[in-house]
Amino acid sequence: MVVGKSVARIDAFDKVTGRAMYTDDLADSRAYVAKVVRSTIANGWVKSIDTSAAEKIPGVVKILTCFDAPETRFPTAGHPWSTDPHHQDVADRQLLTARVRYYGDDVAAVIAENEVAAAQAAKAVKVEYEVYPFVLDAQEAMADGAPQLHEEFPNNILAHTKMGFGDVDAAIAEPGLIKFEGWYETPVVQHCHIENHICYAEMQGGKIVVVSSTQIPHIVRRIVGQALDWPWGKVRIIKPYIGGGFGNKQDALYEPLVAWLSLQVGGRLVKLDMSREETFANNRTRHAIRSHITSYVRPDGTFVARILEAFSNQGAYASHGHGIAAKGMSSFAQLYQCEACRGDAYTVFTNISVAGAMRGYGIPQAMFAGESHIEDIARGLNMDSMELRRKNMIPVGYVNDFDKNEMYFDSLNQSIDKGMAAIDYKRKLAEYQNQTGPVRRGVGMAIFWYNTAVWPLSLESSACRMVLNQDGSVQLQLAETEIGQGADTAFAQMTADVLGVPFENIYVVSTQDTDVTPFGTAAYASRQTYAGGFAVKQTGLLLREKILKHARELTRMAEFNLDIIDGNIVRTTDGRVMMSLGDLATEVLYSLSHSEHIVAESTYQIKSNAYSFGCCFAEVEVDIPLCKVTLLDVVNVHDCGSLINPQLAEAQVHGGMSMGIGFGLSEQLLFDPKTGKPLNNNLLDYKMATTMDHPDLKALFIENAEPTSAFGTKSLGEPPACPVAPAIRNAVLQATGVSVNKAPLNPHILFERFKEEGLI
Amino acid sequence: MYDIKALYEATSVADAVSLLVAHPEAKIIAGGSDVLIQIREGRLAGCELVSIYKLDELRGVSLDADGTLRIGPLTSFSHITKDPLIRQIINVLGEAVDMVGGPQVRNIGTIGGNTCNGVTSADSASTLHAWDAVMEVTGPNGVRQLPIKEFYIWAGEVALQPGELLTAILIAKESYEGYVGHYIKYAMRNAMDIATTGCSVNVKLSADKKTIEDARIAYGVAGPVPMRAPSAEAAVKGLPVSQATVEAFGEAVLKDVNPRTSWRASKELRLQLAQELAKRALARSIQLAGGDI
Amino acid sequence: MQTQLVTCTINGKLTQTVVDTRASLTDMLRNDYRLTSVKKGCEVGECGACNVLIDGECFNSCIYLAVWAEGKTIRTLEDLLGPNGELSDIQQAFIDEAAVQCGFCTPGVIMTAVEILGMGRRFTRDELRKLLSGHLCRCTGYENIVNAVEKTMNKRLDG
Repeated sequence: MVVGKSVARIDAFDKVTGRAMYTDDLADSRAYVAKVVRSTIANGWVKSIDTSAAEKIPGVVKILTCFDAPETRFPTAGHPWSTDPHHQDVADRQLLTARVRYYGDDVAAVIAENEVAAAQAAKAVKVEYEVYPFVLDAQEAMADGAPQLHEEFPNNILAHTKMGFGDVDAAIAEPGLIKFEGWYETPVVQHCHIENHICYAEMQGGKIVVVSSTQIPHIVRRIVGQALDWPWGKVRIIKPYIGGGFGNKQDALYEPLVAWLSLQVGGRLVKLDMSREETFANNRTRHAIRSHITSYVRPDGTFVARILEAFSNQGAYASHGHGIAAKGMSSFAQLYQCEACRGDAYTVFTNISVAGAMRGYGIPQAMFAGESHIEDIARGLNMDSMELRRKNMIPVGYVNDFDKNEMYFDSLNQSIDKGMAAIDYKRKLAEYQNQTGPVRRGVGMAIFWYNTAVWPLSLESSACRMVLNQDGSVQLQLAETEIGQGADTAFAQMTADVLGVPFENIYVVSTQDTDVTPFGTAAYASRQTYAGGFAVKQTGLLLREKILKHARELTRMAEFNLDIIDGNIVRTTDGRVMMSLGDLATEVLYSLSHSEHIVAESTYQIKSNAYSFGCCFAEVEVDIPLCKVTLLDVVNVHDCGSLINPQLAEAQVHGGMSMGIGFGLSEQLLFDPKTGKPLNNNLLDYKMATTMDHPDLKALFIENAEPTSAFGTKSLGEPPACPVAPAIRNAVLQATGVSVNKAPLNPHILFERFKEEGLI
Repeated sequence: MYDIKALYEATSVADAVSLLVAHPEAKIIAGGSDVLIQIREGRLAGCELVSIYKLDELRGVSLDADGTLRIGPLTSFSHITKDPLIRQIINVLGEAVDMVGGPQVRNIGTIGGNTCNGVTSADSASTLHAWDAVMEVTGPNGVRQLPIKEFYIWAGEVALQPGELLTAILIAKESYEGYVGHYIKYAMRNAMDIATTGCSVNVKLSADKKTIEDARIAYGVAGPVPMRAPSAEAAVKGLPVSQATVEAFGEAVLKDVNPRTSWRASKELRLQLAQELAKRALARSIQLAGGDI
Repeated sequence: MQTQLVTCTINGKLTQTVVDTRASLTDMLRNDYRLTSVKKGCEVGECGACNVLIDGECFNSCIYLAVWAEGKTIRTLEDLLGPNGELSDIQQAFIDEAAVQCGFCTPGVIMTAVEILGMGRRFTRDELRKLLSGHLCRCTGYENIVNAVEKTMNKRLDG
C-alpha cells in the first residue's frame, strides 16, 4: 500500500531540474504582447479615448478600447455552472469597460510586437473620464447617498445573507446573562503566488486555444465561451504547471480578454502577462471583513445566544461574492453551540480591487473575529479560555441540518490536547502571567472549523480516466489540477492502491487540456483528495474489473479467485502469479481475436461533505516600546482524516501557517483614501513573510479516518491558514493585556493600541 | 526588456565624465537595483544611461597614506560587509549594509548608488552621516570633496553637478579613530525591506570607559534626507556612562528629528521609534566600546 | 535598436549572442538560451525567482543588464544535473525534504543554496535563514527549504 506513505512528489524531479514547464516557458517568442490600459480614477465613466499617439509608436499592432468591445456581461467566479438562473454567479464583468469601478479598471488593451512598445503605447493612450466620487469602505458604501457602483444593487449591497436558529430575543430574556460584544476587523490581503497570472491565446483548428496559469481549466472554458458569446466546444483551455494559485486563479482572470484580443488580430498568438503590480491590484484579493459579535453567556460560561453582523468588502465586481461571508457565518453558527443564533452578512461593492476566493474562503476572517471574541469572553468571565472553548464547542454526534455533515470524532479536543503538549502551553501560560517591563511574552491559541468541497451548495463532480499501457503501467487523467499542493502525487498513490499497480507505474497526465481531460471542476474548496478520491476509486475499480475479465479469459481462472497485486495477476487461492499486467495488456491489445484498448472512465457525483477541524498555538514576544511582535513558536494541529502522504501534508500545512502568520502580523493591501489607488501593490511594500520572519513551523496531525471519504481523507489545503492570526492575537493579549481587534498586528496598529492602553 | 533609449558603457572614470558631458540627459547606472526598477515602473522609462558598472577602479576599500579610509562607490554591499578594513575600522557600516534587501540585492547594490539616489531610508546613509563621511566627486573640472551633509540636498536630490560622478567615499582618521558604533534598522520585516527608521550611533569613551567623550547619531527617515541629531549629541557629550545619560539622549533627539506621516508610518510612530532606537543604539555602542551599562 | 555581441560562459559553455542592449539577463537566458528555469516573478529584484550565479555570486537576473554578462561565468539550475542525469545533492535534498511544491521559486532558491554550500562553512539555522532571505516562497513557509539546505550542508561537512 502506498497511500499513507511519504513518497516523493512525482513532479519533483522536473521541478528541481528546471524542466517543469509553466505557461511563459511554453509561449512562443513570436507572440504579440498585450497590455491592459488601466483607469486612473476609481469611479466614473470613460468619455473618450484617444489612441492616435499610441498607434504611432513603432511595434504597435492594434489598440482596442472599451468602445470596441462587446457589451456582453459574464461572471468570473470559479464555481461550477448552475443551470438554475437563481444560482448563477452575478454576471457583471465585461472584457473592457467604459464604466470604471475601481482604480485600475480595464478600459482598453494594446497589442504590440514587444513588451516595450506595449508599455509605451499603454501609457500614450489618452483617456478622458467623467469622474464620480468613490467609496472604499464597506459600511460607508452601504450608507444612503454613498457613491453607487452597480445600478442593480441599491446601497451597493451585493447580498444580504441571513442565518439563524432558535429565538434570540426569547433566549436573551433569561435573567443573569452576561453580554459581551466586540468589533473585529481583517484587512485586504493577496495570494502572492510567485508566478503571476499569465495566459496566451491563438486560433488553432478552428478553436480559440488559451494556455493559462489557472486552477480551473474546465470552468474557464465555459466562461471564455460566455464572455465571447462563442460555442463552448470551440474553446480549448490548456493548463500546464502553475506557480501557485491559492484561490486567485480560481477565477477567470484575463483568459476571456486574451482570447478576444487574439480574435481581433486574426487569431494570431497574443500573450497577456500580468506584472506583479497587476497581480496584486487587478486579479483578486481576500475580502476585508468587519464583524460585530454579541454573545449572551451564563456566568458558568455556557453560551445562550450569539449574534453576528459581518460587513464584507467585495471591491468593484461580484466575483465569488457573498459565498465568502456566508461561509464565515456557517462556521459561526456551528463551531460553538448555543440555544439561539442570528447572523446577517452584508457583501458590499466598493471602489477597490476585486475580492474573490483565497485560501480559507472567509474562515480566516471569521476565525479572527470568533476566536478573538472567545478569548475576550474568557477574560471577562475570569475563566480559562480553553475551558470556555471545551464547554461550548461543537460536540461529537452533531449533525448539520443543511449539509448533513456529522461530527464523528472528538477532533477538536484531541487537537487541542496535542497542541497544548507540543507547545508546553500550561507551563508557559502560568509563567507569562502578570509580566511587567517593556518586553513580554505570551501564549495563545485558536481553533477552527472547516468543511470539504462545496456540496450541497454547488455541484460536486469529478471524472477520471485510466488507460492501461502495454507494459502494465497506467495513465491517469483527472480535471483536478496540480497547483503545487501535490494533487498529482496523491492521485497516483490512490490509483496504485486501488489497482494493485506499483506506484512508479502510475503516470499522471499533469497538464489539463479541456479537449482531452475528463470533466471536473478542479482545484478549490480543499476538495482534491476528497472529490478526486471518489473518481479515482470508482474508475480504478472499473478498470480493475475489466482487467480481471481479461485475466479470466487468458488464465481460465475464476475472476473471484484473481486479484491484481504489485502489477501481477495473482491467483488468490494459492498466491501464484499467473501473469504480469504487462503481459496481459500486450496480449489483449494485440490479440488477433479480441483486441481491446483497456481503459476506464467514469464520473462520480459527490453528495456528501466532511468537517475538518484543528487548532493553532502561538507563543510571542512583544517589544512594547518598539510596537513589535516576534513569533517565537507556532504549532498547527489538524484532523484532516487519513493522510495520503504525511510528508506532503506537513509541507502543505507549513505553507498555510506562513500565510496565516502574514495575515496576523504583517500583510495588508492599502488603497489611497484620496484617490483609491493601490499604495503597496508590490512585494517590497506588501509585507509577506521572508525566511527571517517566522520561527520553525510545526505541523501535527490527528488521523481520524473520515467515514464518508473514499480514502478516509478530507480537507487540508485551506485549513492551515485559518487559525493562526487569532492564535497570535490571543498570545499578544496574554503578553500585554491588550486586545488588538484589528489584523494585522503590525507596529502601526500596536502603536495606536498601546498608546490607548497607556503602555507607551 | 527595459525601455532604455540608449546605453553608454563607460570604460574609465574619464570616459564616464565625457559620456555624461556628451549626454547631459543621461542617468548614471551603477548596479542598477534602483535605476532599472525606476525604468520599469515608468519614472525613468525611455531614458539614456551611462553605465559605470564595468569601472573596477571604483571597487574596493583601501587606506590612503594619511589613514583616510577610501571606499570605492561601486563596492557592493556584500563586499563592504566582507572587507577586512571595514571590519576593522567601521564594522557598523558592514553591519548596516548587510541589512539592505536580501543577499542578491546586496551583491548588486553599491554603496555609491545607495547614497547617490538621495534616499533617506538608505541603510548606509545614516552610518556614513554619523561618521562624517566625505564624498569625493569627479567631473569635467576635476576632483572635489564635500561633507556628506552637503551632498544630500533633498529627497532624491544630491549635489552632483552635470558631468560629475561619485568616485570615493572617504572617512578621515579623526572621524573613526576611537569610535565604535551600532546601527539599528527598524523595518516591518527582517529582510527584503526598507527602513521605517534607521538609527546609527557611535561613541568615543574615555580611557576608563566611564565617560562619553563624544557621541554621534544619524537617522534615516527622520526627515527628507538622512540627518544628524546635534542636540542629542551635545546633550550627552562629557556625561558619565549611565542609564540616565541614555535616557537624556533619547529625550534630546526629539529636538532634532522631524519625520512626516505617510502611509508607510505615522509621524507619531516614527517619533516613538526615533527615541527608542537612539537609546538602544547608544547603549549598545557603549557596550561595544567597552563601557558598562 | 541598439545591439551588442555578448560573449560569456553559460553553464560551462562559452557562448556568444547578439542582444538588444535593453534586455535583462533574464531575457537573454530565457529567450536566447531557452534556460527556462530562470523564472519571472516580479522583475524588480524582490522575489528571487530569476536568481542565477554570476562569477560565483547570486544575482537577480531581472535587474542585471544582459550586456553586463560580457566575460562573465553564469550558472543556472540547468547546470546542476550530472552528465548521466544524476541529481546534485542539493536537488536531491529538495526532493527528499519536500521542499518543492509549486516549484516556481525552486530554481532560484537552489542556486542560492549552491552559493551557500560552496562557501564550505557551517552556518547556524538563523544564518541560513538570512542567507536565503532573498527568496519569497508562498507554498512552503520556507521550513523544508531551510531543512534541505541545512541537511545538505551538514552532509557535505561531515562527509
